[in-house]
Amino acid sequence: MTGKTRLVPVVVLGLAALAACGKKPQPAPAPAPAPENADSIAREQARRDSIARAEEARRDSLARAQAEADKARAAREAAMKALTQVVYFEFDSDALTDEAKGTLDSKIPVLNANPDVKIRIAGHTDERGSDEYNLALGQRRAASAKRYLTQHGVADARIDVISYGEEHPAATGHDESAWSQNRRDEFEITAGGDNIQAPQ
Amino acid sequence: MQRSILLAAAAACLTLAAAPAHAQDSTRGVRIGLTYQPGTKPGVVVLPIGGADGDSVQAILQRDLDYGDRVDVLRETNATASAGSGTINYGVWKTFGAAALVQVTLTQAGAHVAVHDVGARRIAQVRDFPLPAAPESEQWRLAVHGISDEVERWITGVRGIAQTRVLYVRGGRVYVIDSDGYGERAVSESGTALSPAWHPSGRYIAYSQFGTRGTSIVVRDLASGQSRTLATTPGGLNITPTFSPDGNSIVYAHGEENGTDLYVASAFGGGAARRITVGRGTDNVSPSFSPDGSRLAFTSGRAGHPEVYTADVDGSNVELLTPFNFGDQNYRSNPDWSPDGRLIAFQSQIDGSFQIMTITLRDRTVKQLTSEGVNEDASWAPDGRHLVFTSSRTGVKQLFVLDAESGRTRQLTHGAGSRLAAWSRVLDHAP
Repeated sequence: MTGKTRLVPVVVLGLAALAACGKKPQPAPAPAPAPENADSIAREQARRDSIARAEEARRDSLARAQAEADKARAAREAAMKALTQVVYFEFDSDALTDEAKGTLDSKIPVLNANPDVKIRIAGHTDERGSDEYNLALGQRRAASAKRYLTQHGVADARIDVISYGEEHPAATGHDESAWSQNRRDEFEITAGGDNIQAPQ
Repeated sequence: MQRSILLAAAAACLTLAAAPAHAQDSTRGVRIGLTYQPGTKPGVVVLPIGGADGDSVQAILQRDLDYGDRVDVLRETNATASAGSGTINYGVWKTFGAAALVQVTLTQAGAHVAVHDVGARRIAQVRDFPLPAAPESEQWRLAVHGISDEVERWITGVRGIAQTRVLYVRGGRVYVIDSDGYGERAVSESGTALSPAWHPSGRYIAYSQFGTRGTSIVVRDLASGQSRTLATTPGGLNITPTFSPDGNSIVYAHGEENGTDLYVASAFGGGAARRITVGRGTDNVSPSFSPDGSRLAFTSGRAGHPEVYTADVDGSNVELLTPFNFGDQNYRSNPDWSPDGRLIAFQSQIDGSFQIMTITLRDRTVKQLTSEGVNEDASWAPDGRHLVFTSSRTGVKQLFVLDAESGRTRQLTHGAGSRLAAWSRVLDHAP
């Protein structure tokens, strides 16, 4: 009770101080010919407050737009990443693992949201196996991913396939860690890639 | 394989055991040359050759005869050089172990070649060989290799394989090299070429070439340098070409989105390609014709993993060539039918590394020919005895030549990453 009563004058004093502060930064106006009175001071204050509010609103709006743009760009980047994410295979196999299917699943909404986008799937193999047979295996790997996408509604004409066999390894080592990175499908956007839209 | 002879040392040995090769005169059958004890190779001396290119011709003949693995080339020294000039002393040469002497005289027109039968103490063969005017040129070297091969036929009854070349790929380009490892040159532009193959004429080659839309088959005329792309099945995969023995057609593997099958088309364009294999979504690649042109050997994954099969050229009568047991997941591929039709070379994974094997068509006897490093993509020489293949035994891929009978191996190329070799036929009419 006593604390509260003591607060009141402090608050009043504080407000007065604030009001004084509020006035202080304004540049000293040129000697006004018009007589100053309480009414004109209040109008001037209201005008300044209005400008401040407008500026703040504009800053908020810009920040929101920026945030939205950032979000959209991140979504587009995520969409692009999903579209080009590499799919990996087991040795001498074109079968899609569950992980591979998951990677392909994430491409489908992006392809659906961007009907003008066309892609090329490039099949690759590791260095083991016959150089020549590996070209055919790479072709089968590319076709395997394409078949999955077309079975999930992507138009056949939007996807090309090509095989590079073991000719373009992603990793140059001669052990399983390199081989596992090289048994893969790569996804290249061949048309409509300038303005990828994120799926809604 | 090579023995140095010192005349002085040889003279000291006169009282020792008789020379290993007993040359005898024989005119039986096609063997117009010499006969010798089974299990031994006749010793052959190429006598020093006079003239500006004499040393070069002698060196090529010696190397070719040595690489043929049918004779024992006896390298002479300055001592025997004097023995070779003037009158030939057959008795001395016989003591050295020489069954035959090759005596070459370079003339305006070429080379006058005489082969002496040391045992019979007479000249067994004489012939003049024309040589191109430019010494050390590709054509000149090829002509000298031709002398080597004819000399080898005179002496052993079997023509040599020196007058041949090997096609291969390095760094995305097709190269050609003489059988002795000299005269290497690129015959395709920069790019990504694979799987070169010879036309039986030796004038044309085919290979696969990467493009932005897939791989295509290129047929190139080595004489004019002009090339043509086979577009019978555009798009997708067009790989592993091989010409039929009659040179009229080309068989290759084509794949789009439902497996890869073998197709046959006219070698020089015209008409549609016709499908040979019915792989039902599997891969069927790397065809090789039987010498009579009636059958094909090829790699197929139709059983779940790659194995070698044979089929008639129309795709019928398919047979699994390489035996496998249920559950066997070995990897066998890249067949090459031997020129005599008896054998097929292929590669099989042993402990995770490819090795070169042969299998007989009569009773399916399998023989392993290599064991050091990774060895793959064998191609037969026209003698059906030597093979060229890719080996990693030096740490990088290089081509090696193996004599399947003796096991002797030599390195053919020295450019790292050489692979996918194809041995030509005898190039006695090559451009």
